[in-house]
Amino acid sequence: MNFPILSSLILLPIVGTLFLFFTKDKDGNNLTAKYVSLFTTVVNFLISIYLWISFDQSTSIFQFVEERTWIEGFINYKVGVDGISILFIILTTFITPLCIISVNNSVKNRLRDFLIAILVMESFMIGVFCSLDLVVFYLFFEAGLIPMFLIIGIWGGARRVYSAFKFFLYTLLGSVLMLVAIISIYWITGTTDVIQLYEIGIDVKYQNLLWLAFFSSFAVKTPMWPVHTWLPDAHVEAPTAGSVLLAAILLKMAGYGFIRFSLGLFPIASEVFTPLIYTLSVIAIIFTSLIALMQEDMKKLIAYSSVAHMGFVTLGIFTLQQQGIEGSIIQMISHGLVSAALFLTVGVVYDRMHSRLISTYGGLVSVIPKYSILFMLFALASLGLPGTSGFIGEFLILMGAFKDNFLVAVIASIGVILGAAYMLWLYKRVVFGKLINEDLKKILDLNRSEYFILSCLAAPILFFGFYPDPLINTIEVSVTDLINMHNTNIASK
Amino acid sequence: MENLNLVLPEIFISLSIMFILVLGVFKKDSSKITFNLSLFVILITAIITINETFSVSRETLFNESIVVDSMSSLMKIITLGGGFLVLVISSSYLKTFKIYNIEYPVLILSSILGMMVMISSNDLIVFYMGLELQSLALYVLATYNRDQLKSSEAGLKYFVLSALSSGLLLYGCSLVYGFSGSTNFDIISNQLKSDEYVLTFGIVFILVGLAFKISAVPFHMWAPDVYEGSPTTVTLFFTMVPKIAALTVFIRFLYVPFLNLIDQWQMIIVFLSIASMIFGAVAAIGQTNIKRLIAYSSISHIGYTLAGLATASNEGIQSSIIYISIYVVMNLALFSCLLMLKRKDQYYEDIGDLSGLSKNHPLLSLCLLVILFSLAGIPPLAGFFAKFYVFKAVLEQSMYFLAIVGLLSTVVAAFYYLRIIKIIYFDQEKDKYDTDHSLWLKFSLTVSTILILLYFIFPSHLIEVVSRINII
Repeated sequence: MNFPILSSLILLPIVGTLFLFFTKDKDGNNLTAKYVSLFTTVVNFLISIYLWISFDQSTSIFQFVEERTWIEGFINYKVGVDGISILFIILTTFITPLCIISVNNSVKNRLRDFLIAILVMESFMIGVFCSLDLVVFYLFFEAGLIPMFLIIGIWGGARRVYSAFKFFLYTLLGSVLMLVAIISIYWITGTTDVIQLYEIGIDVKYQNLLWLAFFSSFAVKTPMWPVHTWLPDAHVEAPTAGSVLLAAILLKMAGYGFIRFSLGLFPIASEVFTPLIYTLSVIAIIFTSLIALMQEDMKKLIAYSSVAHMGFVTLGIFTLQQQGIEGSIIQMISHGLVSAALFLTVGVVYDRMHSRLISTYGGLVSVIPKYSILFMLFALASLGLPGTSGFIGEFLILMGAFKDNFLVAVIASIGVILGAAYMLWLYKRVVFGKLINEDLKKILDLNRSEYFILSCLAAPILFFGFYPDPLINTIEVSVTDLINMHNTNIASK
Repeated sequence: MENLNLVLPEIFISLSIMFILVLGVFKKDSSKITFNLSLFVILITAIITINETFSVSRETLFNESIVVDSMSSLMKIITLGGGFLVLVISSSYLKTFKIYNIEYPVLILSSILGMMVMISSNDLIVFYMGLELQSLALYVLATYNRDQLKSSEAGLKYFVLSALSSGLLLYGCSLVYGFSGSTNFDIISNQLKSDEYVLTFGIVFILVGLAFKISAVPFHMWAPDVYEGSPTTVTLFFTMVPKIAALTVFIRFLYVPFLNLIDQWQMIIVFLSIASMIFGAVAAIGQTNIKRLIAYSSISHIGYTLAGLATASNEGIQSSIIYISIYVVMNLALFSCLLMLKRKDQYYEDIGDLSGLSKNHPLLSLCLLVILFSLAGIPPLAGFFAKFYVFKAVLEQSMYFLAIVGLLSTVVAAFYYLRIIKIIYFDQEKDKYDTDHSLWLKFSLTVSTILILLYFIFPSHLIEVVSRINII
């Protein structure tokens, strides 16, 4: 397999943007640009599906590895996938075309620039998930800030400037410490190549500090309590497509980072700091669920629910159990689909009513039934009803947690109940009840493209809810080997 | 007989200056021809420099008072390149203010000559000669737009403070001479012993003088005023070219005569670096004039350059040189944008004038976006790599405090760059600006932006060139 398939996945969206530069917006619309970008992302999705099919599930060795000298004698451009990263790549390539279709309704001005930003974003995110060199990873990780900053700032709502700045500065502040850690790793071990670092291991005396430096970056990005405050702002102000990207993929970069780098590179430190992660995760689950209960803005509510769900993810990762980590990965994929879907459903009514306040709505079920059914599906998936992908993830995480720490698992389980509470209450207030607002009577049900997007998201949610084997088979060997490596590392020290 | 070929660039440029001056005086309406001739001279000088000196690893001339090595030839070429580009994009600006005179290219050429002498100097006296030559030319350049009050004020301020710093420098030189008995850098290096108490004063005076020239905190006060008041093209020259020369001299001083006194100067450099990084970042936040903002941002960039110098390693020096080279390109790009903000013979310099620029001038805004994110040090743009190399060198010496403070101040600095981007992209649009810019201006903006944007594809070339510089 000599064809550089991963690099082409990264480069293809950039090539697409080059074409976009030659198109022109007319009256706030630009069909050519939309088709070009849609075509690019769909091709990218097909390539990634091909990648998944030709991926060998029986080994945890990195596959499709490409390596090129980049900075002589220092950094190599190295990419490759294993069972863990491949799913995130597919998630990315799957969500992006849906975002582009949804743009129809939510973005009114400077469409071309918006599409360019989305495509660039996709390229960077794929880069994050397949880079096998710390510096290359950092490059992609940070570069993603630029398009996201613009997406929030240019196309966002009323307080967009504040939110964009907060988003940018928070994440930058977290990441610079990671840069210090990466360079230090280079001087300690002589390489930044992840595969080599797995083999060499890092001296125990450095691990704790390095772990904390990586943690500072990932914690902001996850986001974990108490540095989660940028997320609700960013979500609320971002346009729908931006929120979708942010929730579905950007947040996953940190979870992925925890698994790949924190666990893989610093096994001892990961054990040491497990209590810290547990505490923060549990607080995130309970505290933000309670906050979510009190929200009056739908987008904010979903944003807080994201924080709670990511709390489950971090909890699962640091149980250091097979089930816990597998559950976390599935939870991330599932949350990627579900939160994307929820933001899109909110986007649908927002485009019609221009209000995100829950109190504006009520009684939607009698006017727009199709919408209400799909919304219900996503709400139930979000609270983890059996038969949806959300259930598999949460269940596995809790199973892993019970194995490791009973108390934490019990508290986290309360979070599941709270999750059900805020989601169902939201649903009740928006969809059921009396139809008071006169404007709502004229509201239209889902149009074709909205229907298509939401069905596209509903299908995998249900499919993986009933039959999670394709996901589990893909990650199983990689996770097992990761845990084995972790245990041997612990045992040898 | 000395090998005069090694100083051929300096000889050629000084003869040309005299010729152009004479030509300008005796021929009427000769501004255009002197401009073109000067460009030609710089080009030839650069070619001579590359031809004669680029392959020389290290040679000395005239009783070892002039040194030609890989650092001096690289820095000379950057200086000449900077000078060339400044001159080439100046003409339309100068024409607007009706100061398109023969003196401008002559002054630029003389200051370049001074800098080349500075860069090559291996002797206190030669160094001081070069320094004064370039400073005198720069004083005049700062006041070049003499009908404007601000320009005259800038020149006067620059003159007074610069003269003061030259005085300090000279005093330091005399102390060092007193202790070592020689003005030659190599001999000083062998003679100086660190246990002599008063010698520290000499070093401090020299460092203070040099810090003045590169406007490191706390000797930066002149920079914002001078940058704001001077004609924009001169400001561009100020932010790029003299910094390169002064930085070279800084490296030369620290690592040749004062090499054995590392314990004494390292803390000073670390302090200058940290203070510049933090102060430059914080003070820039409140600025409304772009040129003042650039002044503060250049202060903080100098801080990063000094961080590389503080490491006392070849990697550190190399990273500083890489930093300043990338910074020069970014600055050129930024000023090219600034010079494009022109409407009916009037140039705009306030940040507010950029408001909503992206609606009417999408391409210019995109360039600014790239440049500003690069200045903020966001990957994958060139500015990130500049910082990356510096911090790589700093961390090699386990100077964690310096690295962490430096990186945290990039976050503060990111704020004001983002503020400009916000104004360009998020705010309401204003009237259109002129679009009929000179070809050279467009050329320099395009090339420098592309260099910034695509640097990450071939980062090795610059490193390869710079890695030949081994001072220690």
